[in-house]
Amino acid sequence: MNASTQSHAFDLSSSTVRELNSALHALKEGSNASLWRVTNPRGLHAIAAGVDAPVTVEVDGPVGYYCGGMNKHATIHIRGSAGVGVAQNMMSGFVHIEGDASQAAGATAHGGTLLIEGNAAARCGISMKGVDIIVKGSIGHMSAFMAQAGTLTVFGDAGEALGDSIYEARLYVRGSVKSLGSDCVEKEMRDEHKAQLFERFKTAGVDGQIDPGEFKRYGSARNLYHFHVDNAGAY
Amino acid sequence: MNEHVKNPNAAPRTLPRESATFDQHTLAEIRRAAATGIYDIRGAGAKRKLPHFDDLLMLGASISRYPLEGYREKCGTDVVLGTRFAKKPIELKIPITIAGMSFGSLSGPAKEALGRGASQMGTSTTTGDGGMTQEERGHSKTLVYQYLPSRYGMNPDDIRKADAIEVVVGQGAKPGGGGMLLGQKISPRVAKMRTLPEGIDQRSACRHPDWTGPDDLEIKIEELREITDWEKPIYVKVGASRPYYDTALAVKAGADVVVVDGMQGGTAATQEVFIEHVGIPTLACIRNAVKALQDLGMHRKVQLIVSGGIRNGADVAKALALGADAVAIGTAALVALGDNDPQWEDEYQKLGTHAGAYDDWHEGLDPAGITTQNAELMKRVDPVKAGRRLANYLSVMTLEAQTIARACGKSHVHNLEPEDLVALTIEAAAMAQVPLAGTNWIPGQTGSF
Ligand SMILES: Cc1cc2nc3c(=O)[nH]c(=O)nc-3n(C[C@H](O)[C@H](O)[C@H](O)COP(=O)(O)O)c2cc1C
Repeated sequence: MNASTQSHAFDLSSSTVRELNSALHALKEGSNASLWRVTNPRGLHAIAAGVDAPVTVEVDGPVGYYCGGMNKHATIHIRGSAGVGVAQNMMSGFVHIEGDASQAAGATAHGGTLLIEGNAAARCGISMKGVDIIVKGSIGHMSAFMAQAGTLTVFGDAGEALGDSIYEARLYVRGSVKSLGSDCVEKEMRDEHKAQLFERFKTAGVDGQIDPGEFKRYGSARNLYHFHVDNAGAY
Repeated sequence: MNEHVKNPNAAPRTLPRESATFDQHTLAEIRRAAATGIYDIRGAGAKRKLPHFDDLLMLGASISRYPLEGYREKCGTDVVLGTRFAKKPIELKIPITIAGMSFGSLSGPAKEALGRGASQMGTSTTTGDGGMTQEERGHSKTLVYQYLPSRYGMNPDDIRKADAIEVVVGQGAKPGGGGMLLGQKISPRVAKMRTLPEGIDQRSACRHPDWTGPDDLEIKIEELREITDWEKPIYVKVGASRPYYDTALAVKAGADVVVVDGMQGGTAATQEVFIEHVGIPTLACIRNAVKALQDLGMHRKVQLIVSGGIRNGADVAKALALGADAVAIGTAALVALGDNDPQWEDEYQKLGTHAGAYDDWHEGLDPAGITTQNAELMKRVDPVKAGRRLANYLSVMTLEAQTIARACGKSHVHNLEPEDLVALTIEAAAMAQVPLAGTNWIPGQTGSF
C-alpha cells in the first residue's frame, strides 16, 4: 500500500480523545499512517493536541478548546467550527478551519499556518510569536494583543483595539478597523509587504482574485519599547 | 547636641522630631517620584516587617510526648509530588524545592548552579518566565517547567523534557501582576529566546492569553495532560491573596500540586508599591490553603508547596507543621549562591547601596553576577562552587528541620502538626490559627485569654 494512502478512522463517539492523542503521539518519523479521519468530535477539547509528526488529521465536525494545541508538523483540517485557543502555541504545520474560530485562535503560536475560513472571535493571534494567521472573515476585539512576530491577515473587519501593545508582528486588514490599540499604527504598504500578502493569498486559495492593494498594514509605533514617563498613560 | 545641654541656662525647647508617618524613606520616595515621574521598580520581596515564622515557636516533647534520639532515630524528609493524576510523580529527598526564577532575570551560570546544588540534594529546580535553558536542564535532575502568561520560549519539546509543569497564575510579590524585564537584561540570547527585539523594556502579560477563570483552567490542564500523555505532574502556582478559594479552584481544575507564594516572596523586578501593598503574608495563607484541601478531602493527595520568605530549617518545620507538604525558596537560594555578599561591598557602594540591601536586580549590574546578563559579571559565578554552597545550605536547612521534628517526637517531617506550634504574638496566633503561647487562645476561634 502506498504510504500516503494509509488511513485510520477514529470515531470519538466510541473511543476517547485520550486514545486518539496517544495514537497520534506514538507516531514515529517515517510512519506510513499518514491520514487520520476523526468523526463525531462533538466539541470535545484538546483534539489532536501535541502532535509531532507530518500527518494529516481530518476532523469531521466542530471541536472544543485547544484543538491542535502546540502542533508540530501536522496538517489538521477541521470541517466545522473551533473552540477557544485553536492551534495555541503551534510551532509548525497547518491548521485549517472551515467554520468560525472562538477566542484566542493561534494564541502565542511560534510558527506554522492557521487558516480560518469564517470569522475569529476576540483576541485572535494574542501574543503570537511567528505564526501566520489568515482569517477570511472578520476578527474580534483585542486581536494581536502583544503580538510579537508573524503575520495576521484579515479579509474582513477588525474589532476594537487591534494590535494593542504590539511588538514586531505584521497585521494586514482589508476591511475596517474599529480602533487601534496602544502603540499600533497604520504603516506603509511596500512591495515586500504586497509580496508577503500574495503568499498568504496563495495559502488561502484566493491568489489572483484579490488585489493586495486593498489591504492596509498595521504594526508597532515602537513608542512603548522603553518605559518613559511621558508614555505612562499608554501602559 | 541640643541647645539645652550646651547651655544649661537656655530656655527648654522642643527637639526636632521626625514623623513616623513621613519617615526618611517616605520623604525620599516623594522626592524621587517628584524628580523622575516614574514609580520605583526593584527586585526581592516585601521588606517591611510582617508576621512571620519567627512569631511561631515549636513545642518540644515533654512527659506527654517523647522525643526521638537525635542521631540514631530516623526522621524522614522525602516527599512525593503529583500522586493525584500524573503517571510519573516526582520523588524528592528533601521537602525544599527551588522556586521558578527566569533565565533572563538570572544569568546562565546562576541557573546552572541552582541545578547542580538542587540535584546534589535530590530536589528540583523550576524554570521561569523566559523558557528552558540547556544550563538548567543539563544540570537539574528534576526540572519543573513553568507555563506562564507570556509563554516566552514555550514549546512542546521542552514540555516533554520537563519532569513537571507549573501553571503560573500569580506570584506572592505581585498577585495580579505581569512580569517585566528591563532592556539592560534583554541580551541577544534572552531576546531570541523570548522572540523580542534586543534591548527593549519587556512587559509580560498578567493574564493567560487563552484561558480565564477556573472552568477554562480545567480545560487548559486537560490539554497539558493530553500533550504530555498524562505523565507529568501539573502544579498551579498562585500569589497569596485568597488562598482558600484559589486552592479549592486549583484542585477543582485538576491540579496535582498547588503552590502558594506569600507576599514576602521575591521577584526579579516589580513596582515597589506592588511588592509592599498587594497580597497577604505567607503565614496568613497556609492554614487556609490546607483547610481548602481538607474540606475537599484532598490534603496530602494534592500536595501543597508554600513559599515566600523561607530562610532556615525552622521556617521549613513550621510551614510543614501548618500542613504544607514542601516549601520553595528563591531569595535564600540566591543568597547561598553569593547574592548580596559582603565581598562585593565596594561595588555595592558604587551602586549607591550596600551588601544586604541591594535589590536593583532589574538593572543587570549585579556585582555578584547572579541577576545579570553581563558576560563579565556572570563569570563571577562559578557554577560548581556556587552549586556546592547551595547544596550545603539545603543540607543545613534539612538537618535543622529534622532536629525540630525529632524534638517533637516525629519520625517524618510530615508528621509535624499544628498542635506542635504556639504563637508569640496575637497576630501570628490569628493568622497561623495556633494558640498564643501560654494560653489556649486562638483569636477568632477558641477560648479566651
Ligand atoms: C530573581 C527572581 C526571579 C523570579 N522569577 C519568577 C518567575 O519567572 N516565575 C515565577 O513564577 N516566579 C518567579 N519568582 C518568584 C519565585 O518563584 C518565588 O515565588 C519566590 O522567590 C519565593 O519567595 P522567596 O524569594 O522569599 O524565597 C522570581 C523570584 C526571584 C527572586
